Amino acid sequence: MSLVDLFSIVAIGAGVFFFLAGTVGLLRFPDGLSRLHALTKADNLGLGLIVLGLLPRAESPLAAFKLVAIWALVQLAGATTAQLVGRAVRRKGTAA
Amino acid sequence: MTDFLLAAAGAILFTVAVGLVRILGGPGDADRMMAAQLIGTGGIGSLLLIAAATGARGVEDVALGLALLAAFASAAFVNSAAPAKDTDAVDGR
Amino acid sequence: MSVLQALDIGLAFLVFAVAAWTIFARGGFAATVGYVVYGLLLSLVWIRLFAVDVALTEAAIGSGVTGVLLIGAAARLRGAETEADEKSLRGLPRLFIAGLCVLVALALAAVVLLFPDSGPSLAPQAMRHLPETGLGNPVTAVLIAYRAFDTMLEKAVLVLAVVGVWSLAADRYWGGAPGEARAERPEPTLAFLAQVLAPLGILVGIHIFWVGADEPGGAFQGGAILAAMWMIVMMARLTEAPRTSAFWLRLALVAGPLVFLIAGVGGAIFAGRFFAYPPGFAKPAILFIEAFMVLSIAVALPMLVAGPPRREPRADRSR
Repeated sequence: MSLVDLFSIVAIGAGVFFFLAGTVGLLRFPDGLSRLHALTKADNLGLGLIVLGLLPRAESPLAAFKLVAIWALVQLAGATTAQLVGRAVRRKGTAA
Repeated sequence: MTDFLLAAAGAILFTVAVGLVRILGGPGDADRMMAAQLIGTGGIGSLLLIAAATGARGVEDVALGLALLAAFASAAFVNSAAPAKDTDAVDGR
Repeated sequence: MSVLQALDIGLAFLVFAVAAWTIFARGGFAATVGYVVYGLLLSLVWIRLFAVDVALTEAAIGSGVTGVLLIGAAARLRGAETEADEKSLRGLPRLFIAGLCVLVALALAAVVLLFPDSGPSLAPQAMRHLPETGLGNPVTAVLIAYRAFDTMLEKAVLVLAVVGVWSLAADRYWGGAPGEARAERPEPTLAFLAQVLAPLGILVGIHIFWVGADEPGGAFQGGAILAAMWMIVMMARLTEAPRTSAFWLRLALVAGPLVFLIAGVGGAIFAGRFFAYPPGFAKPAILFIEAFMVLSIAVALPMLVAGPPRREPRADRSR
């Protein structure tokens, strides 16, 4: 197995682990805000590691650039959603 | 390698499914918005992995579109939940 | 069983589970979120079926436009939901409807599963004539070359839908603007999102439209993404919806089907048949038509979501 493949496997494996960690946090954390934290942080990191693992396998520089752009956009969306949903939770209490 | 990528995609989908079970039924709309966010990120992850494994062309554009629109549901939720003249009480504005 | 088969079965099961949850969900908003999740899962299914153009449309329309539309509608209906609404379809009528839906689903499944391996299909002929259209994407060729008349009528239907939505306005609001006025101090998070997303989204939308000639993509998907970008700027209240009597708005709405129709008539004059393209000139003509289609779609979809006018036209003109 080439070094590149090994790198991909390690990175993607770590990404899947973070998705798992995020979901465990989602299930086990007591209130809305901490669940939101687990969701956005762990899942964005998970996606970032998956993108990192897929970068060496990209077909062209444009495809690689798109992968990075996808991750950056998801980061933006995750941060915004965390702010917006967090504000809704705080405004209406945990029964928002 | 292909099998590994597909297995990783399956693992993410399974994780998302477990998360969905919890938060789709969760008390309150904020939890449900988190469900949409979860499936968005997890869906993009498995989509990229499936695309790399099966070699379908043009799939990065689908993931790009999904990533662009990932925050739309939350924006719509916040927009419709808070009336136009509502102020954030904590900020005092 | 291979990993791929296991993945497909898992995905199918997940789609079923989410669909079932959406049906049994209580309250409009819960069902709407279920629907958005369902749409995203369907995008994955389309990718697995190698229908990438459809996956792109599902992603753009399902999570973007329709999701926003339904969430807005659910919010508007929230106050009006009562116990009586929940109980209105109990018992026998509900069972009957459910049975009918299951029957239709089973019939469709049976038809698909019992397909002969090489069923009747025009796909080989479509692919064979692809080089004459100058396109590389067979889906675009079907939409704008082989079945162009169909597509033009679809765009006309969009215009009719917008007219239908506008006609829901009270008489005194006719010609006014839908939605709320621009905010003096827009909500900072949404404003930041809109300001970063919109330029990128416009680039991506144009890219997807342009690339649709040879790769998965096309006018509808590109137009839907551009529409979503306008919608996020309106949702952040950085700008307001235009007056429905505005001339540029109405021109943009009809530009797509109109240019399409003119091209079809031009085909009759220059290439001998209604909606024929002159040989060698097909691809530029197709891209020209698609550009106007993108404009119309990008304008029509946000107007559908914005809804009927809710402000008097005279009040805006004084600005």
